[in-house]
Amino acid sequence: MNNSLIINIARSLLLARWRQTLIAAIGVTFSITMFITLLSFMAGLNKLLDGLILNRTPHIRLFNEVQPNSLQPINESKEYKTSYNFISSIKSGGSRQEIYNSGAIMNALKKDSRVLGYSPKLTAQVFFNDGAIDITGIVNGIDVLEESRLFHFKDYITEGSATDISKVSNSIILGKGLAEKLLADIGDVLQLTTAKGEQFSLKVVGYFQSGVQDFDKVQSYASVSTVQKLLGKPGNYITDIQIRLKDMAMAPSMAKEFETKFEADAEDIQTANAQFETGSSIRTLISYAVGITLLIVAGFGIYNILNMMIYEKMDSIAILKATGFSGNDVKRIFIFIALSIGLFGGILGLFFGFGLSSVIDQIPFKTASLPTIKTYPVDYNPAFYLIGIIFSLITTSFAGWFPARKASKVDPVEIIRGK
Amino acid sequence: MTELILQAKHIYKSFHDPIKVQVLTDINFSVSKGEFVSVTGKSGCGKSTLLYILSTMDTDYEGELLIDNILMTGKKEAMLARVRNEKIGFVFQFHYLLNEFSVLKNVMLPGLKLNKFSAAEVEHRAMEKLKMLDIEKLALKNANLISGGEKQRVAIARALINDPHIIMGDEPTGNLDKKNSDKVFEIFNRLTNEFNQTLLIVTHDQSFAERTHRIIEMEDGKVISN
Repeated sequence: MNNSLIINIARSLLLARWRQTLIAAIGVTFSITMFITLLSFMAGLNKLLDGLILNRTPHIRLFNEVQPNSLQPINESKEYKTSYNFISSIKSGGSRQEIYNSGAIMNALKKDSRVLGYSPKLTAQVFFNDGAIDITGIVNGIDVLEESRLFHFKDYITEGSATDISKVSNSIILGKGLAEKLLADIGDVLQLTTAKGEQFSLKVVGYFQSGVQDFDKVQSYASVSTVQKLLGKPGNYITDIQIRLKDMAMAPSMAKEFETKFEADAEDIQTANAQFETGSSIRTLISYAVGITLLIVAGFGIYNILNMMIYEKMDSIAILKATGFSGNDVKRIFIFIALSIGLFGGILGLFFGFGLSSVIDQIPFKTASLPTIKTYPVDYNPAFYLIGIIFSLITTSFAGWFPARKASKVDPVEIIRGK
Repeated sequence: MTELILQAKHIYKSFHDPIKVQVLTDINFSVSKGEFVSVTGKSGCGKSTLLYILSTMDTDYEGELLIDNILMTGKKEAMLARVRNEKIGFVFQFHYLLNEFSVLKNVMLPGLKLNKFSAAEVEHRAMEKLKMLDIEKLALKNANLISGGEKQRVAIARALINDPHIIMGDEPTGNLDKKNSDKVFEIFNRLTNEFNQTLLIVTHDQSFAERTHRIIEMEDGKVISN
């Protein structure tokens, strides 16, 4: 019908009581600001904490578990097939840790469109010889380029260069804790003994710090070929293939698929790190709950102010109705008032929320366990802004709906007679 | 035969709360075009109640109401609002201008609502009405900054904006001093004489009523003389 007229009247009513309007809008602005800030900060923190583990964890890991063979001879024999066999003291078999046919598996993964990438890995248990004592440690053989691309390996290198382990032969990157124990500087040559008793010397080209101290005290990295040499194995010897998927949610089902397809054990990230998922979803839930509570409180503020406005404007409503405005028109006027408070306050809240999160983003936040983090983490996810403005409109329209309905039901006769 | 603007047929009305009280009993009359009718009676005789029924604002009654030969009884609220907008002009005892708007805007609002003319045209028409009532100087003043007599004239201008079939007044002079009531009467008189405007005014001011063309006198919810 006559929208511009409705809007015009609503605007005049709003501006006539601009202080009340402002207070209502400030309520919305405040809650949206806090909603955005809270969610951005919380999501930033979540991402950081999850990233600590999840970024470095493959979505699916292919490996051969050292475990007793599930197919024991007695169970296979025809004679005892039907009976229940008790076998004690089973030992893990001599099955190899190597992934069979790793080259073909990697080719198959390359062609799989669901896979973002993979990186081969093998590990060797060693003793670092530091004078009289030996310190146990693990050398991981990795493909530095792929490892950096898929698992952010480079981010954790605090000194030296990650790519050096692929360029400099017989080189190693030490965990910060391990380097401190060994008093090893960059450029030093380390002596180490493999589990089989062979001695090697490797050159230190960098340090890495993962944020998990126990991890940094034992882990070190070298190129795949260096570790193959340590183990005395040929160039196709790989014990792990780490796979990163395009969609993490598919990991459990794909792990099962790979397990049968490649005849290796496959572990998905959800199984390996279930607790992180739970932690972040609960944190997110709490921040949404707080944010929405703030909005509902603001909604009550708007409800109150509109209710008051309606009592004040009874005469005006009566005369509008007497001169030909229907109840519906009156309702639309008040809903428009509520929505414009919500929209105006909400948009302002988005800006303030962005501002406040930027401020938080500038606050220094240094911790030894998180070398790459310099300031508080903030996630500027546009979805929060969208949710914020939608919620502000929803709460204000609810807050406006009831007073507006009341206004539409005002009986002009009662008001006019009442005088 | 003169054109009938308003017909009331067997209108009964009673209040139910807290006990049933019969307010109007079998009201029958009609108003023809160009008539200047006043409804008089003592306080509580039901004359205002009758006016609100005739104005379509009160729909809780028995009987039939025809405006412009169209039956109003039983119509939807939105329809009735449109009829009020288009065919009825109101002048109340208390002026009921919208204080948020200027005088001109107050006069324009029902016109804008009707949406028959463009905004510019409605403004032009509103100015003409104000000029006719000799208050064009007030056009841009805020509605709450003018005197009572002026407010009543603005209300009349507002009632006229859509060229209604009938103007209804509920004690339009009840709150005004002698000078201002005379002025309002003059305006009403001019409207019937010059523009053939139909008027139905509820009043208890005997001297006002005597000067109108026709008096409907009420007592205890009944028309006693017509």
